[in-house]
Amino acid sequence: MNEAQKLSNELQDIKQMMERSSRFISLSGLSGIAAGICALAGAWFANSLINKQTVLDLRASATLPDAIVHGDFLNSRLLQVAFVTFVAAFLFAFIFTYRRSKKTNVPIWGATAKRLMINVSIPMITGCIFLLALIKAGAYDFVAPGCLIFYGLGVLNASKYTLPETRYLGCCEIFLGLVSLYFKGDGLYFWAAGFGVLHIVYGIFMWWKYERS
Amino acid sequence: MEYLCGGNMNGVNVMKNPIENLNKTFDSRIRLGIMSALMVNESVNFNQLKELIQVTDGNLASHIKALEDNGYIKIQKGFIGKKTNTLYSVTKAGEKAFQTHLDALEKMIKNIK
Repeated sequence: MNEAQKLSNELQDIKQMMERSSRFISLSGLSGIAAGICALAGAWFANSLINKQTVLDLRASATLPDAIVHGDFLNSRLLQVAFVTFVAAFLFAFIFTYRRSKKTNVPIWGATAKRLMINVSIPMITGCIFLLALIKAGAYDFVAPGCLIFYGLGVLNASKYTLPETRYLGCCEIFLGLVSLYFKGDGLYFWAAGFGVLHIVYGIFMWWKYERS
Repeated sequence: MEYLCGGNMNGVNVMKNPIENLNKTFDSRIRLGIMSALMVNESVNFNQLKELIQVTDGNLASHIKALEDNGYIKIQKGFIGKKTNTLYSVTKAGEKAFQTHLDALEKMIKNIK
């Protein structure tokens, strides 16, 4: 090994240490794929519960009390499907990332993981509370765009603390959410595209780049 | 190659001897590891450093001591419950010294190529 190579390796070591100590690098691409599949399954179930007409009726229900289709939205099947989808996606994402953390030899619950969770949670919890208020006010049109936008903001915020490519995922989610504001009644399709397709595309890309061996 | 573009910054820097700027204190993989981790984090505790660099307690402690004696890192003792939690962070002097060291490394690589 010549002198230049030795020095290069030294710089490489320094760079790697800086990354390892400040970013959670065990996030697995397979987690993205699994979460995307859960989202598509959830959207499929939701789609069988509602159709465009129901969405329009739901919207009308804000002004016409007798137009309510599913009764109390907070106790509706739709919200149960959403909840199960979220839990399943989170669990699968966790399993694959846990497996990867064993390989990269980084503790799953270390300082970097904590920082990542805190930074993704703040915009997400804010979004949750805001969306519940929108639902209460009967503004159902804004629920799907709101999910995409707040999730996108959460991912964007977290991208400083994990693999930098997540930044693009966050931006795409926000963009899709903003576009969907102008397609009222099609929210579920945009939701499926954002949480399903984008996650799968992102997951495959990340798996290809970092984990294929 | 560098000499051909003599007008720019690179060309000028090549004339100096960058080895002078290499810091003897950072002449160890463990010390470089400690400094790298502290540069990008507000503070890091002993166990996190041990995990990151994968060295024994004694080894890590002696290198930390050397960096502290040079005034490059500062130590803050605290408690989590009853357990001691010692936090390390980089000082202004340490930041400057490490940056100079990195610049010198980069220049040397360019010189050799």
